[in-house]
Amino acid sequence: MDALKITPELLLFGAAAGLAAIAAVGVVAFNNAIRSALCLVVNFFVLAFLYFTLNAEMLGVTQIVVYTGAIMVLFLFVIMLLNLGSPEALEEKRDWKRPAGLAIGALFFATIGSQILMPLMKITTVSSRDDFGGPQAIGRTLFSQYAFPFEAVSVLLLIGIVGSILLAKRRMS
Amino acid sequence: MNGVPLAGYLGLALFMFSTGVVGVLVRRNPIVIFMCIELMLNAVNLTFVAFARYRVQALPDDPVLAQSQTMAGQMMVVFVMAVAAAEVAVGLGIIMAIYRLRHNIDIDDMNILKG
Repeated sequence: MDALKITPELLLFGAAAGLAAIAAVGVVAFNNAIRSALCLVVNFFVLAFLYFTLNAEMLGVTQIVVYTGAIMVLFLFVIMLLNLGSPEALEEKRDWKRPAGLAIGALFFATIGSQILMPLMKITTVSSRDDFGGPQAIGRTLFSQYAFPFEAVSVLLLIGIVGSILLAKRRMS
Repeated sequence: MNGVPLAGYLGLALFMFSTGVVGVLVRRNPIVIFMCIELMLNAVNLTFVAFARYRVQALPDDPVLAQSQTMAGQMMVVFVMAVAAAEVAVGLGIIMAIYRLRHNIDIDDMNILKG
Protein backbone atom coordinates (compact mmCIF):
# COMPACT_ATOMS: atom_id res chain seq x y z
CA MET A 1 0.00 0.00 0.00
CA ASP A 2 1.35 3.41 -0.94
CA ALA A 3 1.77 5.87 1.87
CA LEU A 4 -0.78 8.65 1.84
CA LYS A 5 0.55 12.05 0.89
CA ILE A 6 -0.24 14.61 3.56
CA THR A 7 -2.14 17.44 1.90
CA PRO A 8 -3.95 20.39 3.52
CA GLU A 9 -7.21 18.80 2.41
CA LEU A 10 -6.32 15.59 4.19
CA LEU A 11 -5.52 17.48 7.40
CA LEU A 12 -8.81 19.38 7.15
CA PHE A 13 -10.70 16.16 6.59
CA GLY A 14 -8.91 14.52 9.52
CA ALA A 15 -9.86 17.37 11.85
CA ALA A 16 -13.50 17.29 10.75
CA ALA A 17 -13.70 13.51 10.94
CA GLY A 18 -12.11 13.49 14.40
CA LEU A 19 -14.58 16.09 15.64
CA ALA A 20 -17.50 14.09 14.22
CA ALA A 21 -16.20 10.90 15.83
CA ILE A 22 -15.74 12.57 19.24
CA ALA A 23 -19.25 14.02 19.03
CA ALA A 24 -20.65 10.59 18.10
CA VAL A 25 -18.99 9.05 21.16
CA GLY A 26 -20.37 11.90 23.25
CA VAL A 27 -23.92 11.06 22.20
CA VAL A 28 -23.56 7.60 23.70
CA ALA A 29 -21.31 8.41 26.64
CA PHE A 30 -23.05 11.38 28.25
CA ASN A 31 -25.50 10.46 30.97
CA ASN A 32 -27.37 13.72 30.53
CA ALA A 33 -29.80 13.57 27.61
CA ILE A 34 -29.44 17.27 26.77
CA ARG A 35 -25.67 16.91 26.45
CA SER A 36 -26.18 13.91 24.16
CA ALA A 37 -28.52 15.98 21.99
CA LEU A 38 -26.04 18.86 21.77
CA CYS A 39 -23.27 16.41 20.79
CA LEU A 40 -25.56 15.13 18.06
CA VAL A 41 -26.06 18.70 16.81
CA VAL A 42 -22.28 19.11 16.55
CA ASN A 43 -22.03 15.79 14.73
CA PHE A 44 -24.71 16.78 12.21
CA PHE A 45 -23.05 20.13 11.60
CA VAL A 46 -19.71 18.50 10.88
CA LEU A 47 -21.46 16.01 8.61
CA ALA A 48 -22.96 18.91 6.65
CA PHE A 49 -19.43 20.29 6.30
CA LEU A 50 -18.25 16.91 5.01
CA TYR A 51 -21.09 16.93 2.47
CA PHE A 52 -19.79 20.30 1.28
CA THR A 53 -16.30 18.84 0.88
CA LEU A 54 -17.87 16.12 -1.29
CA ASN A 55 -19.44 18.85 -3.48
CA ALA A 56 -22.94 17.82 -2.39
CA GLU A 57 -23.95 21.39 -1.52
CA MET A 58 -27.69 20.87 -1.70
CA LEU A 59 -27.55 17.90 0.67
CA GLY A 60 -25.31 19.83 3.06
CA VAL A 61 -27.81 22.67 3.26
CA THR A 62 -30.66 20.19 3.65
CA GLN A 63 -28.74 18.42 6.42
CA ILE A 64 -28.44 21.68 8.38
CA VAL A 65 -32.06 22.69 7.83
CA VAL A 66 -33.71 19.30 8.40
CA TYR A 67 -31.49 17.67 10.99
CA THR A 68 -29.90 20.40 13.09
CA GLY A 69 -32.81 22.73 12.46
CA ALA A 70 -35.96 20.65 12.73
CA ILE A 71 -35.21 17.20 14.14
CA MET A 72 -32.84 18.24 16.91
CA VAL A 73 -35.15 21.04 18.03
CA LEU A 74 -37.90 18.42 18.29
CA PHE A 75 -35.58 16.21 20.38
CA LEU A 76 -34.59 19.03 22.73
CA PHE A 77 -38.22 20.07 23.03
CA VAL A 78 -39.30 16.59 24.12
CA ILE A 79 -36.35 16.18 26.51
CA MET A 80 -37.19 19.43 28.25
CA LEU A 81 -40.92 18.70 28.21
CA LEU A 82 -40.40 15.34 29.92
CA ASN A 83 -37.81 16.91 32.24
CA LEU A 84 -35.18 14.29 31.45
CA GLY A 85 -32.35 16.78 31.62
CA SER A 86 -31.01 15.79 35.01
CA PRO A 87 -29.08 12.52 35.10
CA GLU A 88 -31.02 11.37 38.15
CA ALA A 89 -34.17 11.24 35.99
CA LEU A 90 -33.09 7.96 34.50
CA GLU A 91 -30.15 6.27 36.15
CA GLU A 92 -28.08 4.02 33.95
CA LYS A 93 -27.62 0.56 35.39
CA ARG A 94 -24.15 -0.93 35.33
CA ASP A 95 -24.71 -4.54 34.40
CA TRP A 96 -23.52 -7.09 31.87
CA LYS A 97 -25.23 -5.23 29.03
CA ARG A 98 -22.59 -2.53 28.88
CA PRO A 99 -19.49 -4.67 28.19
CA ALA A 100 -21.55 -6.94 25.94
CA GLY A 101 -22.76 -3.98 23.86
CA LEU A 102 -19.26 -2.55 23.60
CA ALA A 103 -17.89 -5.94 22.53
CA ILE A 104 -20.57 -6.35 19.84
CA GLY A 105 -19.86 -2.84 18.54
CA ALA A 106 -16.10 -3.43 18.42
CA LEU A 107 -16.60 -6.77 16.69
CA PHE A 108 -18.91 -5.14 14.13
CA PHE A 109 -16.38 -2.37 13.47
CA ALA A 110 -13.48 -4.80 13.10
CA THR A 111 -15.38 -7.21 10.84
CA ILE A 112 -16.63 -4.64 8.35
CA GLY A 113 -13.55 -2.43 8.57
CA SER A 114 -11.15 -5.26 7.78
CA GLN A 115 -13.17 -6.17 4.69
CA ILE A 116 -14.00 -2.72 3.34
CA LEU A 117 -11.41 -0.15 4.27
CA MET A 118 -8.15 -1.66 3.05
CA PRO A 119 -9.17 -2.35 -0.59
CA LEU A 120 -10.64 1.14 -0.94
CA MET A 121 -7.63 2.93 0.56
CA LYS A 122 -6.13 3.41 -2.92
CA ILE A 123 -9.07 5.37 -4.31
CA THR A 124 -8.21 9.02 -3.81
CA THR A 125 -9.46 10.64 -7.02
CA VAL A 126 -13.02 11.82 -7.39
CA SER A 127 -14.62 11.02 -10.70
CA SER A 128 -18.06 12.58 -10.71
CA ARG A 129 -18.68 16.01 -12.14
CA ASP A 130 -18.10 18.96 -9.81
CA ASP A 131 -21.66 20.28 -10.17
CA PHE A 132 -23.34 16.94 -9.46
CA GLY A 133 -24.62 18.05 -6.07
CA GLY A 134 -26.00 21.49 -6.85
CA PRO A 135 -29.69 22.36 -6.43
CA GLN A 136 -30.20 22.35 -10.19
CA ALA A 137 -28.95 18.79 -10.70
CA ILE A 138 -30.86 17.50 -7.65
CA GLY A 139 -34.08 19.20 -8.65
CA ARG A 140 -33.90 18.05 -12.25
CA THR A 141 -33.49 14.41 -11.20
CA LEU A 142 -35.93 14.57 -8.30
CA PHE A 143 -38.77 15.93 -10.39
CA SER A 144 -38.19 13.75 -13.44
CA GLN A 145 -36.90 10.25 -12.71
CA TYR A 146 -37.79 10.26 -9.02
CA ALA A 147 -41.17 11.95 -9.25
CA PHE A 148 -43.08 8.90 -8.02
CA PRO A 149 -40.93 8.27 -4.90
CA PHE A 150 -41.14 12.00 -4.22
CA GLU A 151 -44.94 11.86 -4.19
CA ALA A 152 -44.86 8.68 -2.09
CA VAL A 153 -42.73 10.51 0.49
CA SER A 154 -45.33 13.27 0.63
CA VAL A 155 -47.99 10.66 1.51
CA LEU A 156 -45.64 9.19 4.14
CA LEU A 157 -45.12 12.60 5.74
CA LEU A 158 -48.86 13.22 5.74
CA ILE A 159 -49.41 9.90 7.53
CA GLY A 160 -46.66 10.88 9.98
CA ILE A 161 -48.40 14.17 10.75
CA VAL A 162 -51.76 12.46 11.27
CA GLY A 163 -50.18 9.75 13.43
CA SER A 164 -48.31 12.16 15.70
CA ILE A 165 -51.45 14.29 16.16
CA LEU A 166 -53.38 11.15 17.09
CA LEU A 167 -50.67 10.14 19.57
CA ALA A 168 -50.49 13.60 21.09
CA LYS A 169 -54.21 13.80 21.82
CA ARG A 170 -54.88 14.30 25.47
CA ARG A 171 -56.93 11.19 26.20
CA MET A 172 -55.59 7.78 25.25
CA SER A 173 -58.28 5.16 25.58
CA MET B 1 -10.97 17.34 -1.65
CA ASN B 2 -8.03 15.85 -3.51
CA GLY B 3 -5.83 13.42 -1.67
CA VAL B 4 -8.50 12.24 0.75
CA PRO B 5 -9.11 8.52 0.27
CA LEU B 6 -12.61 7.14 -0.05
CA ALA B 7 -11.76 4.91 2.89
CA GLY B 8 -11.53 8.01 5.12
CA TYR B 9 -15.18 8.82 4.63
CA LEU B 10 -16.19 5.17 4.87
CA GLY B 11 -14.15 4.70 8.04
CA LEU B 12 -15.84 7.67 9.69
CA ALA B 13 -19.25 6.36 8.62
CA LEU B 14 -18.43 2.90 9.94
CA PHE B 15 -17.31 4.36 13.26
CA MET B 16 -20.50 6.42 13.57
CA PHE B 17 -22.63 3.39 12.74
CA SER B 18 -20.83 1.22 15.30
CA THR B 19 -21.24 3.93 17.92
CA GLY B 20 -24.94 4.04 17.16
CA VAL B 21 -25.22 0.25 17.50
CA VAL B 22 -23.46 0.36 20.88
CA GLY B 23 -25.72 3.18 22.01
CA VAL B 24 -28.88 1.31 21.08
CA LEU B 25 -27.66 -1.77 22.93
CA VAL B 26 -26.32 -0.05 26.03
CA ARG B 27 -28.49 2.95 26.83
CA ARG B 28 -31.84 2.76 28.61
CA ASN B 29 -33.17 6.21 27.83
CA PRO B 30 -35.46 5.81 24.77
CA ILE B 31 -34.73 9.34 23.56
CA VAL B 32 -30.99 8.63 23.51
CA ILE B 33 -31.75 5.39 21.67
CA PHE B 34 -33.63 7.45 19.10
CA MET B 35 -30.64 9.75 18.75
CA CYS B 36 -28.41 6.72 18.17
CA ILE B 37 -30.74 5.57 15.39
CA GLU B 38 -30.39 9.03 13.82
CA LEU B 39 -26.63 8.62 14.12
CA MET B 40 -26.79 5.34 12.19
CA LEU B 41 -29.01 6.85 9.49
CA ASN B 42 -26.54 9.70 9.06
CA ALA B 43 -23.62 7.30 8.82
CA VAL B 44 -25.38 5.54 5.96
CA ASN B 45 -26.10 8.90 4.30
CA LEU B 46 -22.42 9.78 4.46
CA THR B 47 -21.55 6.49 2.74
CA PHE B 48 -24.07 7.18 -0.01
CA VAL B 49 -22.68 10.65 -0.70
CA ALA B 50 -19.07 9.46 -0.57
CA PHE B 51 -19.71 6.65 -3.04
CA ALA B 52 -21.64 9.06 -5.28
CA ARG B 53 -18.65 11.43 -5.31
CA TYR B 54 -15.88 8.85 -5.77
CA ARG B 55 -17.46 6.86 -8.57
CA VAL B 56 -15.70 3.51 -8.62
CA GLN B 57 -17.28 2.21 -11.83
CA ALA B 58 -17.20 3.94 -15.21
CA LEU B 59 -20.44 5.50 -16.40
CA PRO B 60 -22.45 3.78 -19.15
CA ASP B 61 -22.60 5.43 -22.57
CA ASP B 62 -26.35 6.05 -22.53
CA PRO B 63 -26.71 9.64 -21.19
CA VAL B 64 -30.03 9.01 -19.40
CA LEU B 65 -28.63 5.95 -17.66
CA ALA B 66 -25.42 7.82 -16.82
CA GLN B 67 -27.39 10.70 -15.32
CA SER B 68 -29.51 8.34 -13.22
CA GLN B 69 -26.43 6.49 -11.95
CA THR B 70 -24.72 9.75 -11.06
CA MET B 71 -27.65 10.99 -8.99
CA ALA B 72 -28.89 7.74 -7.44
CA GLY B 73 -26.84 8.05 -4.22
CA GLN B 74 -27.95 11.59 -3.51
CA MET B 75 -31.59 10.71 -4.20
CA MET B 76 -31.34 7.95 -1.60
CA VAL B 77 -30.03 10.49 0.92
CA VAL B 78 -32.96 12.82 0.21
CA PHE B 79 -35.45 10.02 0.83
CA VAL B 80 -33.64 8.78 3.95
CA MET B 81 -33.87 12.31 5.37
CA ALA B 82 -37.61 12.46 4.65
CA VAL B 83 -38.23 9.06 6.23
CA ALA B 84 -36.11 10.02 9.26
CA ALA B 85 -38.19 13.17 9.77
CA ALA B 86 -41.45 11.18 9.71
CA GLU B 87 -39.95 8.53 12.01
CA VAL B 88 -38.82 11.08 14.59
CA ALA B 89 -42.22 12.79 14.64
CA VAL B 90 -44.10 9.53 15.23
CA GLY B 91 -41.48 8.04 17.59
CA LEU B 92 -41.34 11.06 19.87
CA GLY B 93 -45.15 11.10 19.85
CA ILE B 94 -45.13 7.49 21.06
CA ILE B 95 -42.62 8.32 23.82
CA MET B 96 -44.79 11.24 24.93
CA ALA B 97 -47.89 9.03 25.00
CA ILE B 98 -46.11 6.35 27.04
CA TYR B 99 -44.82 8.97 29.46
CA ARG B 100 -48.32 10.33 29.90
CA LEU B 101 -49.66 6.86 30.67
CA ARG B 102 -46.94 5.61 33.00
CA HIS B 103 -44.86 8.65 34.10
CA ASN B 104 -41.77 6.57 33.43
CA ILE B 105 -39.93 5.98 30.19
CA ASP B 106 -37.36 3.43 31.32
CA ILE B 107 -36.90 1.13 28.33
CA ASP B 108 -36.54 -1.94 30.56
CA ASP B 109 -40.03 -1.39 32.01
CA MET B 110 -41.72 -1.20 28.62
CA ASN B 111 -42.89 -4.78 28.36
CA ILE B 112 -46.67 -4.48 28.02
CA LEU B 113 -46.50 -5.91 24.49
CA LYS B 114 -44.87 -9.07 25.85
CA GLY B 115 -47.42 -11.87 25.55
